[in-house]
Parts: sequence; structure tokens; C-alpha cells
Amino acid sequence: MLRPSDKRKPTIFAYILRRFAILILSLLIAAVVLFVLLRLLPGDPANALLSVGADQQQIEAAREQVGSNLPLWEQFLRFVGNLARFDLGTSFVSGKPVVEEIAARLTVTVPLALLGFALAIAIAVPLGILSAVKANRWYGAAISTVSQLGIAIPVFWVGILLVTVFAVNLRLFPSGGYPRRGWQNEGQVLYALALPVLTIGLVMAASLIRYIRSATQDVLGSDYLRTARALGASFSQALIRHGIRNGAVPIVSILGIELATTLLGAVVVERVFALPGLGSMLLLAIEQRDYPNVQGVLFISTLLVLLIGFAADLFQRLIDPRLRERATGAAT
Amino acid sequence: MTGNTIDLGELSRLSRKGRRSILASAALAMLSTSTAALAQDANFDPDASVVIGSLYEPQNLDNTAGAGQGINEAFNGNVYEALFTLTDAGDVTPGLVAEQTISEDGLTYTFKLRPNVTFHSGDPLTAQDVKHSIERVVAPDSKSSRKKSLATISGIETPDDQTVVVKLSARSISLPYNLSYVWIVNDAAKDLNAGEDGTGPYRLDEWRRGSSLALSRNDKYWGTAPTNGEVVFQYFTDATALNNALLTGAVDVITSVQSPDSIAQFKDNPDFTVTAGQSTTKELLAFNDRVEPFNNVKVRKAIARAIDDKKLLQSIWGEYGTLIGSFVPPTDPWYVDLTGVDAYDVESAKALLKEAGFADGFSFKLDTPNYDPHPIVAQFLQSELAKVGIKVEINVITANEWYTKVYKAHDFQATLQEHVNHRDIVFYGNPDFYWGYNNPDVVDLIKESEAAANTDAQTAKLTEANRIIAEDAASNWLYLYPQIVVSSSAVTGYPVNGLNSQFFAYNIKKSGN
Repeated sequence: MLRPSDKRKPTIFAYILRRFAILILSLLIAAVVLFVLLRLLPGDPANALLSVGADQQQIEAAREQVGSNLPLWEQFLRFVGNLARFDLGTSFVSGKPVVEEIAARLTVTVPLALLGFALAIAIAVPLGILSAVKANRWYGAAISTVSQLGIAIPVFWVGILLVTVFAVNLRLFPSGGYPRRGWQNEGQVLYALALPVLTIGLVMAASLIRYIRSATQDVLGSDYLRTARALGASFSQALIRHGIRNGAVPIVSILGIELATTLLGAVVVERVFALPGLGSMLLLAIEQRDYPNVQGVLFISTLLVLLIGFAADLFQRLIDPRLRERATGAAT
Repeated sequence: MTGNTIDLGELSRLSRKGRRSILASAALAMLSTSTAALAQDANFDPDASVVIGSLYEPQNLDNTAGAGQGINEAFNGNVYEALFTLTDAGDVTPGLVAEQTISEDGLTYTFKLRPNVTFHSGDPLTAQDVKHSIERVVAPDSKSSRKKSLATISGIETPDDQTVVVKLSARSISLPYNLSYVWIVNDAAKDLNAGEDGTGPYRLDEWRRGSSLALSRNDKYWGTAPTNGEVVFQYFTDATALNNALLTGAVDVITSVQSPDSIAQFKDNPDFTVTAGQSTTKELLAFNDRVEPFNNVKVRKAIARAIDDKKLLQSIWGEYGTLIGSFVPPTDPWYVDLTGVDAYDVESAKALLKEAGFADGFSFKLDTPNYDPHPIVAQFLQSELAKVGIKVEINVITANEWYTKVYKAHDFQATLQEHVNHRDIVFYGNPDFYWGYNNPDVVDLIKESEAAANTDAQTAKLTEANRIIAEDAASNWLYLYPQIVVSSSAVTGYPVNGLNSQFFAYNIKKSGN
């Protein structure tokens, strides 16, 4: 932390630099943990390339190809060496560059997570505020109850339910799959993503409503809101001018965590809806012991999560002058 | 060189379409559930896009680089052709070969290639390409599961562009059959892991890993043009998601239904056709025949008698599937009904155990792959064997672990596994195979069968081997999977047996509207 006595003019860059160092360190720790965990699992990445009928010579050749015949320390050095050069390598199984596949998968997972996230906010913010402001009305209580229920329901079950109702019975949306030309045809992608996005949106909204409700309740009981009212602002004016901004500060960090969770948790939704996203890539790669793919996905996911945390932090500072001043040292 | 020329012209003159519809009607005649299958031939859309739903996505696009069974499904006969074709009915017919000559000693095969065949890239098919294609499969870094079966090839010569001479170190009656697994690829093709250059009726349009693989019609195809414009293999990891896709019309046909419970919703619905064909996938309780107590024939026979296979099959597949008494399915030429050998009989199982010195039973660990149907089968075996005093400890492992622990290290007592291959009784002639069955008579019979001068002699030898492994209860063959294809009733003409996981798409017709 920068002390007020610091002569150097501290900037937001120092803060970014520090965050960046943490990011790199986290990535390294994640990489090492992953390396160890993967090797603790019984099995061999060469197996994914072989079938029943392969002879000893073929088994050895496959092990040599993927490097699983090398001593562990040598495998580790190779792995760290590649990582240092930002080289995620090529998949053992498909022979394709890992980066290429991750890039293709991200075009599914990122829109899925972001759209689900946007939908969740669109549902949760008005309902959360409403349930706090009108806590003593029947619908205020109803919203709270329904959101509690929503939290208890697992995401895959919501997905299956939506498929049964909207795809199998009503035939409004596809039950799964992804258009093969991807974003060359936005309409088809959005159509394919409709139910998965709704699934994520509903589940995430359920938990967000609670946070927004309690944040709003805090704001409602605050002194500054009372003061604003005393100075002549109407209730809604005071709420919009002072309440939302103050209430948003804790919500932003929750949102950051929720978004990160959605990106990583897309694995379940992707499976239910047969979407070729990052989650299904990870699942398959672990099953096949395709180390470069597992490492690549983890590397990118860790990066994404850290970046989201970083962005949420920055955003909080932007909307809250008190935090901003602390970070830039401008208060001195 | 004097030799006897076999004229293959007769067969090749019959159009592919003609041949296949004969086979299809023969196959359909055996089935009761597919009444609608031939009804809609009249008004099909020749440019239709057929969406094929499958659970078997290839891992890459090269069958010598460990692509898995999914690549056979998508590419065999569709994108790549071979010198010979293994048809859905199990026959070996000429593919890119127009004429073959076999020397009297059976050691030299001369193949004349079909003229005017071109690869998708436009290059003409030459003998060099064939030589290159065969060498790819037997190369040191080849992962092909068929590599071993081509080991007798000692040299390949190409006297001219249209002639390939294959020399063998020993007679190999299955050479044409084995060559049906060898894709003919352009020797100039670069990236076969993610691309292709074959001669088939379809070319690769696009592969989106984790989702779909699209093939479009090759308009320069040498043979009969496909009856559809494109086929898209849509991949799923979850059987329920796949079934929903068929229910909602997102896919037209499912290549192989693996969730018995889901069949009911399609069966009584006129919008769908359910077809039950013959698979070659066998569910096995494989013992490690090297270790106590399974090195004792009596123990193995006792276990076979203690298990009610019929009840097991019924509880998993209902009315579908077939009981087998050995490793050989009815579609292999050396099939004989051996279900009577060690039939279900608890009392004689107990007697055999007593004779073997295990009157009080014993316990063993059963390595069980973690995917369907193995865990359910393991529980069934546990309760069946408990009745004769045998205690089963179920050890659930992943497919990858299975390969390391059971297949490579032979570190197991007994395991469950599904064996998908066609004509794979040869595994019992290899004492180093994971189950460690070692009977010199069987080893010899299998070796001799390959050196047989004609198919009758081959069939006689393998039938004999088949009887011996059954009498020895080398493994316990629980049942043969059914091969169930479900389609929208707008779609006809797909293969029903899925032999060797192949799914020829070129005769699929989709009614236009």
C-alpha cells in the first residue's frame, strides 16, 4: 500500500503493475498444481491414441510421440519451458495447436456466459430492488421466495426442464447443438444459444436477486439517503442519485465472481445443450489425458478469471470515489 | 507367373446403388420393426442435407493417428475408399480394385486399379498412391489397430500406374478383408490429421471440433452419385441430448442408440423408424487366464454357468440384443451356435467349483469401466455370483486407466469390456493379449486359418477354434449388443448393421417437402 508520505506521484499504473504480478504468480502456481494433479491420475495420454489390438511397438511409439515415456522431471521442464515462451503446444490427440482450438471454443463460451450474465442482471436488478423496496408487499416476499427456490435447483436440471418445455413440447427453440458455421450466421447462433442463455440467466439471477435485495436494504436504511430526502429529493430521486451508486459497489465484486463462475461452470450447460465450448473441451481433454489441452484450457480460464477480477476492481474504483482516491493516492 | 484371375467385373458392373439395395432388402427382411423404411423412395430430395447424430466424434481425421472409431463412421466409404469394401452385410467386395490376380502359392497379389479415379484435390489415383497408403498403415509410427494383420506384407511393387503387386511372406487369406481397412489417400496429401484427400463420394467441407463434421457431395465422383447433397455428422456427448435432437428434428438419424430406455418414445411413433440390425459388439467378462483362480478351466466354466445371461440382456436391452456362446457373432462366417456350452445352471456351477477346490467360493476384484453398461453389468454379476459363494469386489476405473492397467500391464483379475471389432476371434490366438488365454491348439488353428488356401478351409479352422475357446470358457461372453438405428421416417437408405462402425451415407434419401 502506498503511504501518503510517498514523494513519487503514484499512478493507476503502479496498481495495474502489482495486479499483473499477482496474475503471473497465480498462473504459475495454477500450472504447477495442475501438472502434479494430472500426473497423479492413473492412465497415460498415449492411450487415447491406441485401441485394443495395438502391439508393444505401437504402444511405445505412441508414448514417445506424446512424451509420456520421459522421466517426470524432464516432462516438467519441457512444460515450464513451453509455458515461458507462451507456447501452449499442440494437442496429443487431435494434433491441432491448442491455441487454435481454444480460440474456436471461446467463440461459444464467451457469448454464452456474457449473454447469460446480461440476462441475469436484467432480471435480477429490477426484481432485487423491487423486493427490497416492497418487502412488506406480497410480491416482494414472493420474489424472495422464488429466488431462494432458484438457488436450490441445480443448473443442469433447469436446462433439462427448459429443453422439455420449450424444445421438445413447444418446439420454439432447438434442444441443443451449435450451427456449424458459427458466427457467420448470427441469427442461428442466437437461436441455438437461446435456451442455454436462459438457463444461465435464470440460475444466476436467482442468486443475484438476494445480493441486490440486501444491498438495497442497506442503502434504504442509510443516513445519506435520509439526508438526501431531508434536502428535498423525492424517494426515487434519492435512490437513483445516491442509492444505486453506493449499493453497486459491493454488487460489482459479486458480479465479477459470478461471471467467472459462469465461464468455468459453463461445462454443465454445454453438456446439456451439446455446445462445443471451453467446458466441454476441458472435460474431454481430462478424460483423454490430453495434457496440452487441459493445461491450455486451465491457463486461459485462470487468465480470464484473473482479468475479470481485475476489471471488477477497476470498475469499483471508478464508481466509488473513496476507493479511487485510495488507489491513486490523490487524497494526499 | 501363372495364376488364376478372378473376374470382379460382374460385381462391379452392378451399380453401387443396385448392390446396396439388394443388401438392404435382405437385411430388412430379417427385421420386424422397419416397415416404413422402404416406403418413401419415390419423392426424395437429391440435394437434401442429412444430419446424422452420433456419440462418436473422431479425435482427429487420420485413422493411422489414433482417430478412434468415429472416423470409420464418418469417413469409411464416404470420404475415403479402399481397394476392397466391407459391406454392411459383412461381405468383402471390390472397391478401387478392378481385377485381382493371385499367384498359385498365394504369396503374390496383383491388383489392377479402377481407371479414371481422381482424388478430391484433382490428382489421379495411381499405383504409387496405393503403395503409399498401405505403407502408411504399417509404418513404425502407425497407430492403426489393423497394423498387425498386414504384417505378412513383405513388399509392394508398382510396375505401372494402374497395377499394384503386393508380395507376402506367408499366405494371408484375409488380405482383401484387411485391405478394406486401408484408406487410399493421395501420396501428395499433407495434413491428414485435420484435412483429407480421398476418392470417395463426399469431400470434407468443415470440421468443427466438439460439434460437427460436414461432408458435401463430390460431383466428380467416379461411381454412382450419392442420393443426397450433403451429410452433417452432429456430435453429442450425452445420449439424452442426442435423443432430444432427433425428437425435435435437429438430426435425421442416430447411428447407434446406446440408451435402451429411450427407444420406447420412438418405437410407437409413426414419425420415427426404429431398426435393429446385427452388431459385432460383444460384452465380455474377461478373466486374466494367467492368474489364480482363473487359470483353472473349471472355475471359468462354473462362472459361466452361474450367470443368467438372458436375464442380464433383458434387463439392459429388453427385447433387443443376442445371446452368444462365444466371441463370434452370427455375422462372422465361422459362427456356430454355442449358447448351449456352459448354459445357465447354478447347481452344476456349484459342483464344478467344488471339484476345483472352491466349495466355499472365493472373492475377486472386477475392474469395471465407468461408462454404460459396465457398472450395471458388474452389479448384476455381483448378485449372480453371490449365489454360488463368489464375492465380487467392483473396482470402477476410467477407460484410460483400463488401457494402462488391464491392456498394457495385465494387472487385473477380471474385467468387463466391450469388444467392437468384426472378425476378432484372432485375439484368442495371441497368448500375450491382455486376457492371457494360451491354448497351443487355438494358436495353431488361428495361424493355419490365415494360411488357408481358400475360405472354406479358413472357415473350418476358425470354427474349430471357436468351439475350443467356448469349451475352455476362455472368457465369459455375456451378450451381443443390438445395433439400433433410429431415424425420422422422412429418411431411408442408411446402413442398419453399422459393421466396423461404418455408416455409409451415400444411399440415404430424405423426402423433400
